[in-house]
Amino acid sequence: MIYLDYNATTPLHPRVLEVMLPFLQEKWGNPSSPYRFGNEARGAIERSRKRIAGYFGCKPCELVFCSSGTEADNLALRGVVHALKGKGNHIITSVIEHHAVLNTCKALEGEGFRVTYLPVTDNGVVEVAELEKVLDDETILVSVMHANNETGVVQPVEDIAALTREHGIIFHVDAVQTIGKLPRRIAELGADLITISGHKFYGPKGTAALYVRQGVPLGAVTTGGRQEHNLRAGTENVAGIVGFAEAVSLAFESVEAEGQRLRELRDRFEKQILALVPGVRINGAQASRVPNTSNMTFASVDGESIVLGMDLNGICISTGSACSTGDPEPSHVLRAMGISAREAQGSVRISLGRSTQETDIEAALMALKAVVERLRGISSIDGNGQSR
Amino acid sequence: MTVKNDNINVDPGELSGPVLYYNEIVIDHFLNPRNVGELEPDEKDGFCLVGDPFCGDQMKLWISVRSGRIAKIAFKSFGCPGAIATSSMLTTLAEGKTIEQAKLISDDDVIEALGGIPENKRHCSLLGVRALLAAICDYEQRRTEQE
Repeated sequence: MIYLDYNATTPLHPRVLEVMLPFLQEKWGNPSSPYRFGNEARGAIERSRKRIAGYFGCKPCELVFCSSGTEADNLALRGVVHALKGKGNHIITSVIEHHAVLNTCKALEGEGFRVTYLPVTDNGVVEVAELEKVLDDETILVSVMHANNETGVVQPVEDIAALTREHGIIFHVDAVQTIGKLPRRIAELGADLITISGHKFYGPKGTAALYVRQGVPLGAVTTGGRQEHNLRAGTENVAGIVGFAEAVSLAFESVEAEGQRLRELRDRFEKQILALVPGVRINGAQASRVPNTSNMTFASVDGESIVLGMDLNGICISTGSACSTGDPEPSHVLRAMGISAREAQGSVRISLGRSTQETDIEAALMALKAVVERLRGISSIDGNGQSR
Repeated sequence: MTVKNDNINVDPGELSGPVLYYNEIVIDHFLNPRNVGELEPDEKDGFCLVGDPFCGDQMKLWISVRSGRIAKIAFKSFGCPGAIATSSMLTTLAEGKTIEQAKLISDDDVIEALGGIPENKRHCSLLGVRALLAAICDYEQRRTEQE
């Protein structure tokens, strides 16, 4: 199998598994227990928190461990707007956010909050000027992702942070797709709340953290015990947190070299696919992107058919669209970039990772060319640049 | 109809999250679709172009009618694997049938012949059925005009 869907998830790094095992086997105490066996687990959590804070450039107490990026996004959005309900009811986000943010905003609209969804340029970038236009006295929260999961396009979060700070508005960044891909210390983004998720950078699934800048008003979403500074009740995932810290360490150790390697592979892949196959467009290519992601539109074929065709060749890639999961609407991200519904339907994403080698890229190119040519041979739509 | 595989051995109604899995018959029709292409000009007795407003899929279908039977049928499809496979299977079901028999082919017939398709792909099978009916309608209309 050739796996080219690292934006969906990544395998556990052996070093991560190694540090986790003792906390699954011998040191399985409850961190909240009063005896030394429990203290051992508590110590591991706090050491992990401190370790991560070192890499992020924040204080340990500014990190809240959660179970997923989605949970962290929910805590950020719901936690802030409920804490600031008396101050205003306006939320600003963008049309290209992950469903963890979009559907949470939809739910908050149901609770009476007003939500503005910022558009993006044809290259998939949220413009600060657009944000400036819709800020008002009622605005209490802005949430914009660091890099888009489908296109890899990086958003100007530092500029947005400068603007929200000036206006005293809380700013949340979903940075799930950038840890280990961009060499930035999280705290330097200037945001008030930042979501990160372990399984996107070789950590365990079921681990995530929300960075909460000290002083940011936040109400708990999960109620129960006093874990995680009263912000996230529930017995901590001790082994997961220990593994998560190891994964953060790995991500920061290798981000520059690995980023450079993946960028070269990705750029070569794109250059070759454009040369090999007519009627291909790279989406977001003019914008700044994370180095591992490529989103392509193939004229007159369906993305899900490409994905199955590739799967039958032993290669895992994904569509931008969620049609395969029962939602027939083509990618909301590509549609927001002015791409027609039909073109969005013909889009696929490849995302590279640690195990990706040049031979994988070569194999993917050849398979992709063959699959697309075959599908075009049976397509009822002309216009792929080939005569038929 | 239930679609099972070795990894997920539960009924679709019991699934906790999204899953997409096509059985071997569907994959065969996706990889080797039957009756793909166009008919020769003198064979094109009925034609239609239909689109699926639900998901954006589109297909073209041609029929050749001899002695009241569908002697030849051909299609082209822009769509997901479900659309390609159901269209392919539909053409095999329609080939050789009389016009009246062909009109009775339902989406359930296509799905049954394929051994089931994922629930969220049921609508794909309707596209082919609609295309066949529209091509037959086109054929009948042309014949009326000729008379």
